[in-house]
Amino acid sequence: MPESGEQGFRKQLDKCPTGIRGLDEITNGGLPRGRPTLVCGGAGCGKTLMAMEFLVRGAVDFGEPGVFMSFEEGTEELTQNMASLGFDLKDLQEKQKIALDFVYIERSEIEETGEYDLEGLFIRLANAINSVGAQRVVLDTIEALFAGLPNELILRSELRRLLRWLKDRGLTAIVTGEKGEGSLTRHGIEEYVSDAVIVLDHRIMNQAATRRLRFVKYRGSLHGADEYPFLIDEDGIVVMPITSLGLDYSVSSRRVSTGIAALDDMLTGGYYEGSSVLVSGTAGSGKTSLSAYFADATCRRGERCLYLAFEESQAQIIRNIRSIGLDLEPWTEKGLLQFHASRPTLYGLEMHLATTLKMTEQFKPATVIMDPITNLSLVAKNEEVKSVLMRLVDFFKNRQVTTLFTNLSHPGEVELTISGVSSLMDTWILLLNVECNGDRRRIFHILKSRGMAHSHQMREFTITGQGINLEDIQLDPAAS
Amino acid sequence: MTEEKKWQLRLYVAGMTPKCLAAFENLQQICEEHLQGEYTIEIVDLLENPQLAQGDQILAIPTLVRKLPPPLKKIIGDLSNEERVLVGLDLRPQAA
Repeated sequence: MPESGEQGFRKQLDKCPTGIRGLDEITNGGLPRGRPTLVCGGAGCGKTLMAMEFLVRGAVDFGEPGVFMSFEEGTEELTQNMASLGFDLKDLQEKQKIALDFVYIERSEIEETGEYDLEGLFIRLANAINSVGAQRVVLDTIEALFAGLPNELILRSELRRLLRWLKDRGLTAIVTGEKGEGSLTRHGIEEYVSDAVIVLDHRIMNQAATRRLRFVKYRGSLHGADEYPFLIDEDGIVVMPITSLGLDYSVSSRRVSTGIAALDDMLTGGYYEGSSVLVSGTAGSGKTSLSAYFADATCRRGERCLYLAFEESQAQIIRNIRSIGLDLEPWTEKGLLQFHASRPTLYGLEMHLATTLKMTEQFKPATVIMDPITNLSLVAKNEEVKSVLMRLVDFFKNRQVTTLFTNLSHPGEVELTISGVSSLMDTWILLLNVECNGDRRRIFHILKSRGMAHSHQMREFTITGQGINLEDIQLDPAAS
Repeated sequence: MTEEKKWQLRLYVAGMTPKCLAAFENLQQICEEHLQGEYTIEIVDLLENPQLAQGDQILAIPTLVRKLPPPLKKIIGDLSNEERVLVGLDLRPQAA
């Protein structure tokens, strides 16, 4: 019976937090409380995992015990599979936080001799729910009943009764279904679920496996769009919001040193804390050197720096930087500097995003370097790279992390970056190699730096065994 | 020491609903007709023993299980269709 008034309205939109990273943000709180949500998709799409994670996190993070009724996998199999994700089902069962029940149906065993109902199923479910005081239930996948039981009319009628039964008891449930042809699920069970339907998808894009989650139905409001990429890492599912999470982060007026005194002067003090810096340059122009100095400056302050390298290994970078008089090794030994080197082609873009977010949350760096971001175009279209970078920049700004991105440019096109990534950046530094009288010289130029009266002067940038120098450009009177 | 009967049948019910009562009556009738006293019927009420539903993998109510002689056989429904019951339990009528 719908309640009138504000109390009733709010009650209808009560959410059940899933604890699944990213999902509660997108749904403004979680799944509809006290209602069944249908999660469907093809084999291997992650529906069993999502359902299990909903249950496990419910028990562990929110103190809501749950029942997992499996119609396909046996409890031993389930326990083993989930163990690799850090879900200790054995322990949870012992602690009476989770009850597992495997419903075995063998079609050949069943001879129909007259009227019947599925009260046995109800009794089992009730028993399991009572045994742990469950507030969450998973039925995975109830469509298996269609293969086992001969009378579809009875089955459908009982299914409807079951979902009503769950609602009457205020249980929040996830019901999984297999992907169907022409309908969302093989047996059309979506018609019994009216509050939320999620479709999981798993396809290959740009030679990388991409998983997508789509809300076909959702009672209430979603945070943004209805489709989101997600991935499965060693702790479970991570859903990533496509759109940036809002531009409402606080800004600092504190400056952080670039590591190069002359550059700090040009920037009237250094980079703004929590700002984003882009360093563009052709190959060998000194981008990594600039990054290394920034890392060094961070560690000198006793703060942590996370260096994400997409081209060179940690050993290479450290060795190369040593040749210009800077030794980063002590910082890595002290645990202030952490390298993470990986080829962009190692995994898809979402995985890069997720690992970066995770490393940041674990290591808590004050500064993050991504060198170079250009390589990310190898695994995704430019628009996608920009989208990922936008999310990253927002993520870091929200945490007041100062970021430095390097961008490999082609000679003659130095101001061209991946589809306008420069607009995401607060400071943009250009490193140019120019030919001058048969000499190759480096020019340093600050194209922009928001919020400060930076120097617009182009200076000569030299790298020697003693480090980096920024000097006024010495023009040869004979130069043209 | 109880006499070991050849046929041991177990009927799972959930309270004495019309379907369950019908199943019991039908079962008694079929057993009298075809098993000539060589049987025991055990009634398991899952409302009183809910944990047995999981242990014995019972989904439908009523469910009749032939425990002896082996192999185990399971049939569902109120047993109103005698032919199906005989086939399901592999109960052959006495040879004429």
